[in-house]
Amino acid sequence: MSDVVKTQTTTFSPRSFRWQRRRAATVDFWSRFRGDRLALFGLAVLLTFIVMAIGAPWISPKEGLSAVDSIDNPTWATPRFDYPFGTDNLGRSVAAQFVWGSRVSLWVGLSATVLTIAIGSAVGVTAGFFGRWTDATLMRLTDWFLVIPFLPLAIVLASVLDRSLRNVVLVIAITSWPGTARLVRAQVLTVKQRLFVDRARALGASRFHVIRRHILPNVAPLILANVTLAVPISILTETTLAFLGLGDPKRPSWGKTLEEAFNAGAISRNAWWYYLPAGAGIVIVVLAFTLVGRAVEEILDPRLREGGL
Amino acid sequence: MRARFVAGKVFGAFGTLVFVLVFNFFLFRVVNDDPTGKLFRGRNLSQDQLDRRRREFNLDGSKFEQFIAYLKQTMRGNLGDSFLSRRPVTTEIREALWPTIALVGTSTILSMLIGIMLGIAAGWRRRSGTDVAATSFSMFTYSVPDFWLGMVLLAFFAVKWPWFPTGGFEDAGSTATGFSALLDQAHHMALPCITLTLAYIGEYMIVMRSSLLDTVNEDFLQLARAKGLRDVVVRRRHAVPNALLPVVSLSALNFGYVLSGAIAVEAIYSWPGIGQATLEAIRGPDFPMLQGLFLLLSGSMILANLAVDLLYSLLDPRVRGR
Amino acid sequence: MSLLELRDLHITYRSERGDVPAVRGVSLTIDPGETVGLAGESGCGKSTIAGAVLRLLPKQTLIGGQVLLDGEDVYQMKPGQLRAARWTSAAIVFQGALHALNPVQRVGKQIAEAILLHSSHSKQVATQRVGDLLERVGLPPHRARAYPHQLSGGQRQRVLIALALACEPKLLIADEPTTALDVMVQAQVLELLAELQRDRGLGLLFITHDLSVLTSTCERLAVMYAGRIVEDGPSHDVFGTPEHPYSAALARAFPTIGDPASRMNPTGLAGDPPNPANLPSGCPFHPRCDKAIEACSATDVELRQVGVARRAACIHIPVEGGIDRG
Repeated sequence: MSDVVKTQTTTFSPRSFRWQRRRAATVDFWSRFRGDRLALFGLAVLLTFIVMAIGAPWISPKEGLSAVDSIDNPTWATPRFDYPFGTDNLGRSVAAQFVWGSRVSLWVGLSATVLTIAIGSAVGVTAGFFGRWTDATLMRLTDWFLVIPFLPLAIVLASVLDRSLRNVVLVIAITSWPGTARLVRAQVLTVKQRLFVDRARALGASRFHVIRRHILPNVAPLILANVTLAVPISILTETTLAFLGLGDPKRPSWGKTLEEAFNAGAISRNAWWYYLPAGAGIVIVVLAFTLVGRAVEEILDPRLREGGL
Repeated sequence: MRARFVAGKVFGAFGTLVFVLVFNFFLFRVVNDDPTGKLFRGRNLSQDQLDRRRREFNLDGSKFEQFIAYLKQTMRGNLGDSFLSRRPVTTEIREALWPTIALVGTSTILSMLIGIMLGIAAGWRRRSGTDVAATSFSMFTYSVPDFWLGMVLLAFFAVKWPWFPTGGFEDAGSTATGFSALLDQAHHMALPCITLTLAYIGEYMIVMRSSLLDTVNEDFLQLARAKGLRDVVVRRRHAVPNALLPVVSLSALNFGYVLSGAIAVEAIYSWPGIGQATLEAIRGPDFPMLQGLFLLLSGSMILANLAVDLLYSLLDPRVRGR
Repeated sequence: MSLLELRDLHITYRSERGDVPAVRGVSLTIDPGETVGLAGESGCGKSTIAGAVLRLLPKQTLIGGQVLLDGEDVYQMKPGQLRAARWTSAAIVFQGALHALNPVQRVGKQIAEAILLHSSHSKQVATQRVGDLLERVGLPPHRARAYPHQLSGGQRQRVLIALALACEPKLLIADEPTTALDVMVQAQVLELLAELQRDRGLGLLFITHDLSVLTSTCERLAVMYAGRIVEDGPSHDVFGTPEHPYSAALARAFPTIGDPASRMNPTGLAGDPPNPANLPSGCPFHPRCDKAIEACSATDVELRQVGVARRAACIHIPVEGGIDRG
């Protein structure tokens, strides 16, 4: 504590001041987050899965995924020591697919969300800040995209594009940005009404400066809260697209595992080890993100903070 | 209700429909430059044969000419012919429509009723045992991919314990008519219907709960209690009617999703509806079919949105007065 | 027998962040036909008292002392007894600017609901009575078919008064009934309340932050600060020659009409009301008091008798008989 005060008094430049404030905000955030046991549990689960995704090459060699390399393996083997989740119809290890599948699911979930939020925030801030016809045009476009049903649009887009991970990310972002755009716009409008924006404009600050220094810092918490809640939706969408055969055919994802299990007849064979792990993985990760997201939202969303006593 | 209000909403819906039409054309003829080439890729057709196919599917001429032809055709209610079956897309869709409406419509109504009741029980007594149980249940069902839930239910209740058929709309070669046919269809519908109902309940429950939570501290509930009304009467007569509005609009919106909501689940249970048709069109790929389905599904959403706006103004006297 | 008697009432709200004492020992009686004003800043606990009388506070709230309605302890009643007493023994005039009326129900239906609940009247009779009540508060009977949002603030307040009269209670509790109304309407509503009180011989507990309103409506006045009554007595005396520095400050905050000196120099009260969860030591008013002496932060002064029928809780008031119970 005394440490903080010292730095603040010795170097009192705007930058260090901002840095201090951010650090204080982070400390405050963490101390409030720590109070939510469910959220901490969710975070621990997420970290486990992230470690697994990053460490996939060391946990399970990539050769396990290839049908050619697995040609001598037993097919439809029930779980045993060398195949913890058994094998599939081609003799591939289901556990290897699970480990490598977490990579795609998490990666697509995170990057699609980042792209979604980026598009949504850009549209929302532009519409909210500039107002008038910019606002009217952008909001019209947003409304159109909001009305078009989410999954059919994703399916149609994914069908006309080539099958690749990059395109899956793109499809999810294109279909999910409008919600964020609306939310951000509304928040920008409330921030804009506050005095300091007028004051900054009156002092001759450029629009860009006002957006960067006054609007964005005030909208950022809401955007961040939105991110954690949007990830589960992205993950579930990726899963569905992969299950419908619209994912990247060369990369194993949990959705693709489920598709292959279903098409290989895992259900009529009662091969539960083939379709249960991937589904459970999705449920656990989505649930963990939801738990973390709810806590983050409660801490950061200004609307919840003012309302809930 | 003001005529201007209705006219404005209808006009807005029409504008959205035009956007969908243009977008639809753009996707399938501009982003996806050469649908026939893609379709017959690897099939060794001569240039001549390809050109004939293009003519057949209205894909020759400039983009602008194509657009005009597409508009004219769509206005006449002609969505083109399916690449796969060569039958008109409208016929294909019409045949798939009823099974989907029956399945998803039933599930939507069931989940709505159950979800609203759970939401009321949970929201009225915040942090009670009921609340915690109902909220956890909703969070869980929300996190489960609906098709995976379908797979698990299918594996247990149709394969392991064969209480229900594994799929389809009715028994193969069934000649039953009347009531027994209906019973057979209900038997086939049970598992997919349970799957979808479980998948949808959470959303209704959560919306109803948070809406009721917003209402619980309102002054008019205090007043109703002060009058001497029983707690259950306060809830039924004053709290629920006010909290129901967002749920009503959510429900109306979800009816727009009826047609598109069950694509993956229909595939699991080989239910011969819109979802199954979509999956086949993806696998083709059958672009006229996809285009037609997209138009239908977007159109139903646009209608549902319009219905929500009009319904809202009917139900909420505050909106109506304006 | 008194219509309402509060005996050393303590109310403590419970929250996750700890207990908040909102009312700390209030005693008050209202006899039939008597009008009593309860004044104080927001957060002093005055509205909590209104809720406590009909037992409307959150279940987990801690209640100490007694609330006697027609001689019966409200907090000892069985649920059925309590519901029967609500609105018939005492009714509350809610503040109309807030959402005191159900927005999706016609106002007539909301009034009739109370009548039907507490009587065996048929629907027709109830509808007839709703019309009479609306006429009595100066609204045309056909307004019964209006929704709350279709009425002006003043009209809504009249509806709420009609609603409070629906079951002919002997005691009305008016909780800030004129706040957020414009001055003209405020005067009309006050006039209406005074008239009804006279005609029906109602007991009236009038809760507000506006002292000047109380002097014209009420015979007796109690000023609350930080959950306690700091001064009470006949309203003209309390307003005209306040004994407690806080009442004096409140009285100064509202300029007297026709007195140019007070209009030109309205003196407000500096500082904010104290946080009930963390009250100052001693007399809770001492940090804002211009007459505070050192002993104020250490002595919690209780009400002391000042002449006939007047009491105030200030260290500067000589203790009768030399005994300070505080």
